[in-house]
Amino acid sequence: MATNTQIPVADRRAPVIEPGHTFSTITEKISNIVLKRPVSLGWILGFLIVFGMLNMLAGVLGYLFIKGVGIWGINIPVGWGFAIINFVWWIGIGHAGTLISAILALLRQSWRNSINRFAEAMTLFAVMCAGTFPLAHMGRPWLFYWMFPYPNTMRYWPNFRSPLVWDVFAVSTYFTISLVFWFVGLIPDLATMRDRAENPFVQRIYGLLAMGWRNSARHWHRYETAYLLLAGLATPLVLSVHTVVSFDFAVGIVPGWHTTIFPPYFVAGAIYSGFAMVLCLAIPIRSIYGLKDFITERHLEISAKVMLATGLIVAYGYGMEAFMGWYSGNQFDSFLMWNRFNGNYAFSYRALLTCNILIPQILWLKKFRVSPGWLWLISFVVLVGMWLERFIIIVVSLSRDFLTSSWGMYYPTKWDWATFIGTIGLFLTGMWLFLRLLPPISIFEMRTLLPEAEVHEAAEVEQ
Amino acid sequence: MQIFPRSSNAIARASLVLVVLAVAGLGWVVLELERTPYITNAGVRKAQPVPFSHEHHVTGLGIDCRYCHTSVETSSFAGIPPTKTCINCHQQIWTNAAYLEPVRESYRTGRSLEWTRVNQLPDFVYFNHSIHINKGVGCNTCHGPIDHMPLTYQYASLQMEFCLDCHRNTEKYLRPRDQVFNMRYEPPVDDPLGKNAVVFGGKTYNNQIALGTALHEAYNVRSVKDITSCNTCHR
Amino acid sequence: MSIDEHKTKPAAAKAAAQPDVCPTKRKQLDLATVREQIEDTTGPEYWRSLEELAGSDEFQEMLHREFPKGASEWLDDFSRRGFLKTMGASLALAGLTGCTRMPNTEIVPYVRQPENVIPGKPKFYATAHTLGGYASPVLVESHLFRPTKIEGNPQHPASLGGTDIYAQASILDLYDPDRAQDITYLGDVRSWNAFIDAISGPLMAEKSMAGGGVRILTQTVSSPTLAAQIRDYLAANPQAKWHVYEPINRDNVVEGAKLAFGEPVETRYDLSKADVIVSLDADFLYAGFPGSTRYTRDFAARRNPDADMNRLYVIESTPSSTGMKADHRLPMKASDIQSFAGALAAFGRVDPQAARPTDEVGRLLLAVGKDLQSHKGSSVVIVGDHQPPVVHALAHSVNQALGNVGKTVFYTDPVDANPVNRADSLKALVDDMHAGKVDVLLILSGNPAYDAPAELEFASLLKSPAVATKVYLGSHRNETAELCQWHVPEAHYLESWSDGRAYDGTATIIQPLIEPLYNGKSAHEIIAVFAGDSGATGHDLVQAYWQKQHTGADFDTFWRKSLHDGWIADTASKPKTVALKTSSVPAPQSATASGIELNFRRDPSIYDGRFSNNGWLQELPKPLTKLTWDNPIMIGPAMAERLKLNFKDVAELEFNGKKVKGAVWIQAGHPDNSITVFLGYGRTRAGRVGSGAGFDVYPMCTSQAPWFADGAKLTATGETYNLASTQGYQTMETPNGSERPQVQERSLEEYKKEPNFAKEGEPPKDLTLYKPEIFDYAKETYSWGMAIDLNSCVGCNNCILACQSENNIAVVGKEQTLRGRHMHWIRVDAYYNGPRDNPKGFFQPVPCMQCENAPCELVCPVQATVHSSEGLNDMIYNRCVGTRYCSNNCPYKVRRFNFLLFQDWETPQFKLMRNPDVTIRSRGVMEKCTYCVQRISEARIDTERADSTIKDGDLQTACQQSCPANAIVFGNLNDPSSQVNKWKAQARNYSLLGELNTRPRTTYLAEVRNPNPELAT
Repeated sequence: MATNTQIPVADRRAPVIEPGHTFSTITEKISNIVLKRPVSLGWILGFLIVFGMLNMLAGVLGYLFIKGVGIWGINIPVGWGFAIINFVWWIGIGHAGTLISAILALLRQSWRNSINRFAEAMTLFAVMCAGTFPLAHMGRPWLFYWMFPYPNTMRYWPNFRSPLVWDVFAVSTYFTISLVFWFVGLIPDLATMRDRAENPFVQRIYGLLAMGWRNSARHWHRYETAYLLLAGLATPLVLSVHTVVSFDFAVGIVPGWHTTIFPPYFVAGAIYSGFAMVLCLAIPIRSIYGLKDFITERHLEISAKVMLATGLIVAYGYGMEAFMGWYSGNQFDSFLMWNRFNGNYAFSYRALLTCNILIPQILWLKKFRVSPGWLWLISFVVLVGMWLERFIIIVVSLSRDFLTSSWGMYYPTKWDWATFIGTIGLFLTGMWLFLRLLPPISIFEMRTLLPEAEVHEAAEVEQ
Repeated sequence: MQIFPRSSNAIARASLVLVVLAVAGLGWVVLELERTPYITNAGVRKAQPVPFSHEHHVTGLGIDCRYCHTSVETSSFAGIPPTKTCINCHQQIWTNAAYLEPVRESYRTGRSLEWTRVNQLPDFVYFNHSIHINKGVGCNTCHGPIDHMPLTYQYASLQMEFCLDCHRNTEKYLRPRDQVFNMRYEPPVDDPLGKNAVVFGGKTYNNQIALGTALHEAYNVRSVKDITSCNTCHR
Repeated sequence: MSIDEHKTKPAAAKAAAQPDVCPTKRKQLDLATVREQIEDTTGPEYWRSLEELAGSDEFQEMLHREFPKGASEWLDDFSRRGFLKTMGASLALAGLTGCTRMPNTEIVPYVRQPENVIPGKPKFYATAHTLGGYASPVLVESHLFRPTKIEGNPQHPASLGGTDIYAQASILDLYDPDRAQDITYLGDVRSWNAFIDAISGPLMAEKSMAGGGVRILTQTVSSPTLAAQIRDYLAANPQAKWHVYEPINRDNVVEGAKLAFGEPVETRYDLSKADVIVSLDADFLYAGFPGSTRYTRDFAARRNPDADMNRLYVIESTPSSTGMKADHRLPMKASDIQSFAGALAAFGRVDPQAARPTDEVGRLLLAVGKDLQSHKGSSVVIVGDHQPPVVHALAHSVNQALGNVGKTVFYTDPVDANPVNRADSLKALVDDMHAGKVDVLLILSGNPAYDAPAELEFASLLKSPAVATKVYLGSHRNETAELCQWHVPEAHYLESWSDGRAYDGTATIIQPLIEPLYNGKSAHEIIAVFAGDSGATGHDLVQAYWQKQHTGADFDTFWRKSLHDGWIADTASKPKTVALKTSSVPAPQSATASGIELNFRRDPSIYDGRFSNNGWLQELPKPLTKLTWDNPIMIGPAMAERLKLNFKDVAELEFNGKKVKGAVWIQAGHPDNSITVFLGYGRTRAGRVGSGAGFDVYPMCTSQAPWFADGAKLTATGETYNLASTQGYQTMETPNGSERPQVQERSLEEYKKEPNFAKEGEPPKDLTLYKPEIFDYAKETYSWGMAIDLNSCVGCNNCILACQSENNIAVVGKEQTLRGRHMHWIRVDAYYNGPRDNPKGFFQPVPCMQCENAPCELVCPVQATVHSSEGLNDMIYNRCVGTRYCSNNCPYKVRRFNFLLFQDWETPQFKLMRNPDVTIRSRGVMEKCTYCVQRISEARIDTERADSTIKDGDLQTACQQSCPANAIVFGNLNDPSSQVNKWKAQARNYSLLGELNTRPRTTYLAEVRNPNPELAT
């Protein structure tokens, strides 16, 4: 019956997979991207650029560890600068991947099948980028392991009341789960690649990773169970990780940090920026690798809608902050809002409102939701906006706190920028390699989107 | 077609277990390593300009600690004897022993002997001998069988856990003040026959914990939460 | 000086400047050779060779080869200070073993241990620091004969335990690696005997003609011994002459006294008896004003609103910390003050309304006049050193008329052993030099080549061959040393024997605590050489002198007692009665100055420039501007508006033909049409720290107008320049117009009505979601707390330096200060509220508040900051991983972070200087005020050994100890009788940001001003 209801529904909206595809064509198309498609000059050039950025990151971190965090623009009162801004930004971006692959899987949102693979990859690389910062921003990074509870000769524990310690657990768990989830999801496709690869070396590599997958019913049965369990595990993380990150601020007493609304609005913001990043990646990829059939207007539109929704939640968050600033009657909070609008960093807050609230409203119009060019542009703007949001929360709040005598300004140095751009390099290098070495779209899950698959399902149902 | 032999399944399964073991093992090694003498220097006999033997001077001759370590009761620093102190005796005895030449030379030229530090704490730890002595912590509680050291070595690990062991349960180690410099002092052991029984304040103690607790009171040693406050040792 | 000269030059450029200075141009460098070269060279060459070395390509090449890690340092812009750090770091790297184990270290015992030396226990010695001829008595802490800390001498009437910033900072001068280290002749190293031989020739020749060609130029001399020595020499050589010069001199005071009494009497005040104090441009509460330490103590003691509170009127040109404390302050051009003084003198005789129009000035004049009249005998008028003699004379007449003499004002013989007019004295010398009458010129310290009045062109004269033999005794190889053939390094006062007189005449024996580090000599020894007694040591000379003075039998006990106490009993100069020659006090001519007035003032931090190589003082935020490392062109808000000048703008100052560029500082409360510039900056040969900082205004400063003159011109240049101020924002009103009552203040009447005004908005103690503290403080023997009386605090900055010295706090340099990374554990915030052209000023010292609900502790991931059982907020450096979360979460922003390697680990001298009881923090860790926990521990252990407890007052924090105003009290809150409890019990007591419920252990006593009801508007 599911089928009967489903087909007409599918008719009304753009399909999640263009008609005229068979199991074999899907397999062909996707696996060939990796196995057959020659390495293009564009790919090489692009790779050289992003890999260069990655090396710059290495250089910067090296210099950082030799000289100390003083090479950045941070100071007293603004003790956190780009490092923590970028950390939160990257972590946020990661969330879309998990949301798509886990939550949507549980909700049986079939359309996710064509974007979950690289969305998860994106998550992994984003979390890696995020991970570099908490380490790099420490005054004595070589002692990072003091953050972990382990039996030490000092008989001394980390401070379990500190949000930074919660972060350590939240982020490391998040990374592990995402990695496993992603890898498990890859196994059947790795097997496919193994079987289709001609080069024996390549065969062995994929073979190793496929862990002896034989497409047997038992394998599939176990696979489904494992995947479901992992999805179940990953789902709460989508909410918890950014909630914990938001505690870094909400627990502090700094005006602009100390608000209870942070957890929900951080999570919403995370998904907001995450989907923006998904679109920023998907749109070019689908055109370059000719995947328009698999990543269709439908996907773009749904993502756009998600952005619109989360964007509105974020907007509500801003609204509440402003309201409480006035309603609380607390002079520090009211000044905070005044300062955001008129202070030395007013430009950033105005830009924020434009990027995160004003511009995305265009998405109410279907015309823009389905136009790749516009969508890409808007997504990019949102990414900038979400970065600014963290800038305002951290820098603007700290630069004007309680005692007027200790107010100060923060100016990023060339090293701040270099570190930021470096991590972008890390992220893109990851994506670049991923696209060439692994099927960017889940082959077997795509297959299930075919009418054949549905019939087959239906048949099963009747038995 | 098969690219892997059947056996590889076994290997795959094994590897899963091995990885876990390897990680755990590595952690264990690191934790152990930081407690080895290689890191702590405990038990390491360091080369000295003169092969000074505490065994000979303390056990053999019965010289009191304070004859050389003069400031141990009054200062944070126990004090290393000036060459003069050595010469006091060694201008009478062993006046031409070859291995004492550095001492005589130092006295002649006025150039100090340069001993290699044996018991060494990091610069951010502020240890004060006088207060420990005063509260009834014996020399050999930390310095070990110094009276049986032909060449002096560091007895304890001197890691934070070592200090905390006592600071968290003082009663385990305190002894009467008059026993502090007694190298042969044995803490009371639970023994009906009253072996090593210690008489303090008119009462006889057959049990260290009881004694320690009494001494903690008597010498008004500060409470555990006081002496485990960070600024007790770190400033 | 143009601003670009500030910019630090890259190493390459330096090397290029001196092509073939590197001795090892040809051969490939390695560390060994580097060390050799450094060892071979000594004294000034030491640093120079290091520098040139660093410039050379070989060195760069070597550095990269030997330790690529260090190499990256050299990519940075290259500052002299930065260079030495790198240099040291790199050399250190060479010796460093890679492994993490503790390296072997030596213990080096004495061969013969001195008596009563207990290793690990500091000892204290009494001596005195002399500035401008006035000795300020101090106790010096010494660890195994290394002086480490200067403290006030509690028994001495001129100190009562307080110090001034210059005394505090003098410890750093002792260990300054830039001090001249060898006797040099034209730059070549010579021995002491070589000098004696060389000089004896000319001296013999002079002897034959009664020393006709010998001139001795000293600074102000109050040392009885030195004065006697010179007088003896002059007696033996009647034709020789003794000249005295010092740029910051009291000529006006002396002339004023002569004008009034016909003799150069010293004026001394007793502020403890003064109900009404009128200051005419006198900054008598700030270091450098003779007796300021004692005056501050007496003044502060009378600021208690619960006792009878004094009232302070300040009429001043350049805003000063004294002005900030005033109950009524009136900004006035320096040249106008004269007529104000006149009107004040004529008050009662002439109707003030006639004397002055009924404007603000008139109303104040009327009020002041009446107030003085109603406080005959319990009031005092004090005049600033830079006001012309006539004003001083007028003040004398007023004080006489009010019958204050003998009650609040005392006249004594001058402390100055040779109270001649400095300007004239130097002019006479210059004339003689021109006339070729001078063959041997002996300059005993000072730096005339840099700071002599411009019109004398002393430097060029000194350069010229006018004088055959020029001998300079000075601590640094400075501008003057460069121009004298002979340079004898001057021993620091902690290295040599001498004596001096405090502002009240009390004589102090200055005893050394350490052998001269760089075989320096004292003035006594040089004069002895001139007198042909070259063998004499400072000790002999000083002792001999006092032997003569001492009438009693047992000189030895007298000598020992004097050394021990830090002063010589009953040597204070007796008050003398002097008759006022009313006739001679001229009627003041009313101000004619119409143009823009230019004021020259000594710098609040580096005085006349003599301290410019002292990093502590350079980085000490100046009391009002909070500026460091620079001197600004200071103008008032109105003028700034007219000239469209703003902060950071560089303006060009033009004054009688001379031009200078400097950054503008708009100072609230600065009189209009008036500019203030500060002396002492723009040094060319100060040393690595001081050279090049700021701009030099001595070229504008003439003996006709040493302090202020009319007709300056200020024009904007369009350039900008960053001034490093350590305070972000100097009012308590936020830009959106809301007040933040960080300093609580009311008038005396309001206070009487509502004593608890400061406590508003403080939550009740039990208001907390947390369960009661883990520690029950009440049960403890001690729980430490501090209270700071804002009424007493005069913003003298002593606490900052005392803390810096006690706690081994690093100097970070201008660049880092600009970034807001200065390291001071206690800061003194200055706020201005009200109209910008004459605001109320406030000072607020802010150390760590040691909150009971400390926000920092909650967020530290590694528990590097936690509470002690005695309520201290401990900071454990060796546990800190440097996330800076604690600082972000600290509402008081009192935490300081080592963003880079700020501590100088290499310079050997600094290792000697540091306090061994305090950890030296390295890169990447947070630090902050600890309530001097090292002192607490020491005191606790010492008392526990004696089975007793710490008594109130036995334990003082460094800031409290040095505070001349007694504004800081620290003690045990569990001791009901402790002073700190008494203060906290007062109505004025409030906690900063109390509404946050952090429960700070440091609280403040709110400020209460005592304005004249008549002027209440």
